[in-house]
Amino acid sequence: MTTPSVAVIDYGMGNLHSVASALAKVGGDVEIRVTDERAQIISADRIIFPGVGAIRDCMGEIRRLKLDEVVNHCIDAGKPVLAVCVGMQALMTRSEENGGVDCFDTIAGQVRFFGENHKDADGNKLKVPHMGWNNVVQKKAHPLWKDIADGSRFYFVHSYFVQAEDESLVTGTSDYGREFHSVLSRDNVFAAQFHPEKSGEAGLQLLKNFLDWDGKPSP
Amino acid sequence: MALAKRIIPCLDVDNGRVVKGVNFVDIRDAGDPVEIARRYNDQGADEITFLDITATHEERDTTVHTVEQIASEVFIPLTVGGGIRELKDIRNMLNAGADKVGINSAAIKNPEFVKAAADKFGSQCIVIAIDAKQVEPNADGTPRWEIFTHGGRRATGIDAIEWAVRMVNYGAGEILLTSMDRDGTKNGFDNDLTSRISKAVQVPVIASGGVGNLDHLVEGVTKGLADAVLAASIFHFGEYTVPEAKKYMAEHGIEMRL
Repeated sequence: MTTPSVAVIDYGMGNLHSVASALAKVGGDVEIRVTDERAQIISADRIIFPGVGAIRDCMGEIRRLKLDEVVNHCIDAGKPVLAVCVGMQALMTRSEENGGVDCFDTIAGQVRFFGENHKDADGNKLKVPHMGWNNVVQKKAHPLWKDIADGSRFYFVHSYFVQAEDESLVTGTSDYGREFHSVLSRDNVFAAQFHPEKSGEAGLQLLKNFLDWDGKPSP
Repeated sequence: MALAKRIIPCLDVDNGRVVKGVNFVDIRDAGDPVEIARRYNDQGADEITFLDITATHEERDTTVHTVEQIASEVFIPLTVGGGIRELKDIRNMLNAGADKVGINSAAIKNPEFVKAAADKFGSQCIVIAIDAKQVEPNADGTPRWEIFTHGGRRATGIDAIEWAVRMVNYGAGEILLTSMDRDGTKNGFDNDLTSRISKAVQVPVIASGGVGNLDHLVEGVTKGLADAVLAASIFHFGEYTVPEAKKYMAEHGIEMRL
């Protein structure tokens, strides 16, 4: 039996050191490939699609390296795919960041700005970016929630949030002045707005669950 | 169910060792930053800030190595400040595993550096560190704070609140505000200044300087309107643990990650 492998897609946006070391921490003998090479990604058993920074720059690099095709190929092939932060946003139809940027449209939905004068229900100012530890309410059962308490806190850093069209994909929600879709899942894809690699024990458990996942949605 | 306020223990590191002294009850090698970072992580710290006070380039390599070690074991956000002067310094620290970098004097020397850094690496990893002292009031009688450099010895003439606003306009994703009047006094944060800056900018503000007890942490949030509170000595010397501080803040109605 060959060693199981996970590809962390590297398109030059952000620090993948933490993703790789968190996987190494929970992954046993899993082979971790931090790479932008099509063959290396396509031959891996599972894929992590991260991203930080502005969506226009991310989409620019993704398209230049033709990684949108590679990611969609892996999704279509049924491999477990974990999209994180801007990786999640890139899967959606369109983002309103940078004056409006077309994304993959793999999952129908929009990426919206929290707003310049964002406030909570009591009228208190809310900072943007949404930065820090917030609760994730589990909206449906999923293998990646194994051993993670409903409402656990994860670490977020983002100014734009995802709104999927199909409510049945909503797997986790969080509240920051408004409720937003912090986790979406469909078949073999699990997309999270927070950073599991920076979310302490809960995040490590989620990554472990991802490495154990066969890509089937029901537990 | 809301965003939690953060507690951030701060390590001042010189040539690979934590200085200012650290005295955990059951750690012998109290000066090892990796050991200390791991301990704070185990206690439930929300982030860790690592302030490199090293003077020379050779020692900077030690820092990179230390950051690498911490980042491979501690899976919460890590900010590294001190000595960040060029884009390549930022790249080195991010490559070593830092999530954010703190920029202080390099921003004062060349504000455009902040724009370049935010463009290149994203605002989410650019923290502007501000060291401020209260000075003579403005002509209209309103209080005034100025940015100081060189450990609070050198005035720059720059208004602290205006500077914070400008830095956010240039792409800063967070402000780490240290009151040089309060630092080391254990008299509490400068909540007047902190709240003015927190109201003036859209990004999170971390209060720093002056924590002597847990009420000071509470007041940093309730009076200073800080999004996060940073402390060193109250945790280093074992006066309080991170869980005690979080519990106390939660008991005072502050949303915390417990």
